[in-house]
Amino acid sequence: MEAIDYAVPNTVKEAIEILSSKGDKARILAGGTDLLVQLRGGRFSLDTVIDVKNIDALNTYTFDSSKGLEIGAAVELYRIYQDPELSEMFPGLMDAATLIGGIQIQGRATFGGNLCNSAPSGDGIPALIAHNAVCNISGPKGDRQMSVEEFCVAPGRNAMDNGEMLVSISVPIPPKGFGSNYQRFIPRNEMDIAVVGVGTSVILDDSGTKFESARISLASVGPTPIFVSDAGEFLAGKEVNDDNIAQAAQMAKNAASPISDMRGTIEQRKHLVEVFTRRTLVESISRAKGLEIQALWKFTSNTEGEN
Amino acid sequence: MANVHVKTTINGNPVEYLCEPRQSLLEVLRDVLNMTGSKEGCNDGNCGACTVSVDGRIVNSCLVLGVEAEGKTITTIEGVATAEGLHPIQQAFLENAALQCGICTPGFIMAAKGLLEQEPDADEERIRHWLAGNLCRCTGYDKIVRAVMDAGERMRAK
Repeated sequence: MEAIDYAVPNTVKEAIEILSSKGDKARILAGGTDLLVQLRGGRFSLDTVIDVKNIDALNTYTFDSSKGLEIGAAVELYRIYQDPELSEMFPGLMDAATLIGGIQIQGRATFGGNLCNSAPSGDGIPALIAHNAVCNISGPKGDRQMSVEEFCVAPGRNAMDNGEMLVSISVPIPPKGFGSNYQRFIPRNEMDIAVVGVGTSVILDDSGTKFESARISLASVGPTPIFVSDAGEFLAGKEVNDDNIAQAAQMAKNAASPISDMRGTIEQRKHLVEVFTRRTLVESISRAKGLEIQALWKFTSNTEGEN
Repeated sequence: MANVHVKTTINGNPVEYLCEPRQSLLEVLRDVLNMTGSKEGCNDGNCGACTVSVDGRIVNSCLVLGVEAEGKTITTIEGVATAEGLHPIQQAFLENAALQCGICTPGFIMAAKGLLEQEPDADEERIRHWLAGNLCRCTGYDKIVRAVMDAGERMRAK
């Protein structure tokens, strides 16, 4: 790795000053699980890495039963999934947090970093979109908010301007009748990049027989994570049945625009979008009905056989 | 690009060193402190050979900067055995022949320690899932998993 400077600001303001003065020669370091690999691989050249873990707002998460969950951008994944209160309330986030990398990666990696890295395959992003999460961004011109589905604009690129940084992610309290799930397809059992990832959430009416609303989001099948708003809108007000789930899955398939690469072909990926949209909707519905959630680290139904 | 003075705790001892910001914790351990027990496999967070514990949590030391160790408490493979002898995990690895070339072993032992100290009753599935971030190219994993299960039994008996 080329020589760099290391900055450890204590406030968001200081971090923004460094970011603004250095332009694209400075980047934020949270868990480093993407940044250090990319830096070592020469994907970009930096003067400075800005370690934000000394900034309270980035290194803490708060949960308030009226305001919701606010996850500092540098909070490691394991801190989120170790909190039993959160794992019950935000199951889709837990699915993602427990399958990003292995245990060592989860000791460092963050939802904030996953989002800022803006990879089409980021496992955390469809889960955040399913949970209707919002980015809290600070920059030289002040603070602004943006929904997670608006954040990624191209592979590795996001909607933040020079000098701006992600401070935290706000996740609303799930209403009654809510269930969510994230699943991905990988040829291995663990430690792989999604061929396809799907995050869904549903809100069911009191009887559990109708969708009040639904959100469906896809990873690894386009230049950015994709929010399939029309499939969710289609389900709103509809009966919970196989036909409607299949139609929503078809709409998700139509929204996918994958490429063929070493991980999978266009045809396979489109097919998988349909399958995984259906599977995650079924799981979200079962969670919304309060049926038993599988142990968090046994998060998917497609990991059969020996490790 | 000046060197940075870092004060940290490694295997219970206060340690100070100078390092360049670009150096990983793994490079600092191996090249600055001559603690070569932690291995460099892939250097990009896939293989787990460089696993160490930072403030009680296992991480890949190749993906931590040496400067980030400031004020932290680090345990490496060198801190696992005590004056009384090998750690039960090390003993179980030996007796179950859970290694061949040995390059992955420090990482597996550090990872297993991170699990069994929290969950000595972890079952096989839990152990296999936990060790997914550690790669081995010779034993075929089965003996490693058996050794960790055996170590869990030994630690429960204590």
